Amino acid sequence: MTVITGRIWKFGHGIDTDIIIPARYLILPLEEMKHKAMEPLDPEFAAKVNPGDVIVAGRNFGCGSSREQAPAVLRDLGIKAIVAASFARIFFRNAVNLGLPVVECEAVYDQVREGDVVEIQPDSGRIRIPAKAEEYSGSRLPDFLLKIINDGGLIPHLILENRKG
Amino acid sequence: MGKTMVEKILNQAGGSRDLSAGDIVMARVSCLMTNDAVGELTVQAFEALGRRPWDQNRIAVVLDHYIPATTENAARTHKLLRDFSRKYGLHLFDQQGVCHQLMLEKFVLPGDLVIGTDSHTCTYGGIGAFATGVGSTDGAAVMATGEIWLKIPETVRIDLQGRLPDHVHPKDIILKVIGDLGAEGATYQALQFSGEGAAGISNEGRFTLCNMAIEAGAKTGIFEPDAVTESFLKDRQAKGIFFKSDPDAEYCRQMTVSLDRLGPQISCPWSVDRVVPVEEVRGTRIDQAFIGSCTNGRIGDLRIAAQILDGKRIHPETRLLITPASQDIYRQAVLEGLIQIFIDSGAVICNPGCSACFGGQGMLWEGEVCIGTHNRNFKARMGHKDSRVYLASPETVAVSAVAGRIEDPRG
Ligand code: SF4
Repeated sequence: MTVITGRIWKFGHGIDTDIIIPARYLILPLEEMKHKAMEPLDPEFAAKVNPGDVIVAGRNFGCGSSREQAPAVLRDLGIKAIVAASFARIFFRNAVNLGLPVVECEAVYDQVREGDVVEIQPDSGRIRIPAKAEEYSGSRLPDFLLKIINDGGLIPHLILENRKG
Repeated sequence: MGKTMVEKILNQAGGSRDLSAGDIVMARVSCLMTNDAVGELTVQAFEALGRRPWDQNRIAVVLDHYIPATTENAARTHKLLRDFSRKYGLHLFDQQGVCHQLMLEKFVLPGDLVIGTDSHTCTYGGIGAFATGVGSTDGAAVMATGEIWLKIPETVRIDLQGRLPDHVHPKDIILKVIGDLGAEGATYQALQFSGEGAAGISNEGRFTLCNMAIEAGAKTGIFEPDAVTESFLKDRQAKGIFFKSDPDAEYCRQMTVSLDRLGPQISCPWSVDRVVPVEEVRGTRIDQAFIGSCTNGRIGDLRIAAQILDGKRIHPETRLLITPASQDIYRQAVLEGLIQIFIDSGAVICNPGCSACFGGQGMLWEGEVCIGTHNRNFKARMGHKDSRVYLASPETVAVSAVAGRIEDPRG
């Protein structure tokens, strides 16, 4: 997978799925739903994000419900990767299944500010801050999960595997 | 080295014998549940795969979160899921109650591996199944293949000792455990409730405990099935497999909860692990009280509430919503005269389903305060981002509804 370079949106610890996308919006069509992402924290978030941006967050990112709409709205807004000190289990699975790269890294959290540019290498878990020439190592996903992300998510992955027979 | 019951169930589901915590298993699923909060995405992902369901008899579709349809979008989702279920002959539970209660009443057996596209699927551990929540895409893949990859979790063993005092309930146990573990204290792990005190916890109480395992980040909560479990299954034809942990099984952590010394607990906004003894927030004014949900909307919970509310009126400035978790529970509550008591007290009875738990009804406005028996108090879940939600036992909620402020059920 290629290196992802993007501008950071920074979030704190324990960002739950009702913050990422509140319950009452889950049945909106996805196209409309994405405009509600992170609304309880910042109603302007969806308008401000640029495709290619990345998220850096604290511990237990995505805790709470199993709603896949949470990583889906972030992906649909153009978020290219999420780095968090730790992820909640279901969110992590969902992000992988949608082909959204996720890297666990505790160390980088305190070192970056919103708006900084960061380089993320999902294959190795390496994270670089070019402006400071600093480098951090995050978690590395097992090969079969990297393959799912590379194929664009679990569904495209299964279709490809099926074709190979 | 012996095995935990979680390791045993997942070995069985994977057709293997020697796998342990940390190993990844490709497991056969006993049944799959999806619901109207996420079902549309599940269907879309499933249809993209271009396959048929792996086994129509093992798939349940539950319409419970936005039921009866509260908006046009909900109506669209429901129509899509009804059509989809009929097309493939899946089990459709339409306006029958909350998914987890229905799965326990009709579907799940001890020893099963159950996957649900809902985080509180972990509730079924109360009868000794391994059950965990996933997202829509995982759900779709299971629907097509009947299989899922899982990492076998380590187990935290929680020993329950003694008996609960009066006015203290299983909800108080799990709130205490979550407060102690923290919201991410058991991420990727299973919580196994054991010890001599476990035998004294009813099936309903076990469901309450397992239901909230996810609030500590856990993959599942689980009890070892026993005579209490058998009583729950008495009207069912199959009994499942009663797995138990070996005496020399390995646990990543052990903790003990002395039930005798436990008092009523309460979780404060906006994180479930902000748990304090109820006396610390006693007197906090409330606008709404809610008794219901897959955590505490069962007949035992309604009986406790009715005992408090019998012959009393709720506070004139407080609204009380009561939502039985399923139609069966609702009918039972009618037969026992509980509904009459609730209506006389000034409560509103909502139709079985997720109801206020999800903000599907009974939403809160800015600055309003709610106390409920459900399982999450996240910001904005029940309405305005500056509303506040407290979580407690049915008894604490009922006495608070009468007082119009948070009250200690011990008086
Ligand atoms: S009652 Fe609440 S927690 Fe339970 S399934 Fe419904 S929305 Fe989820």
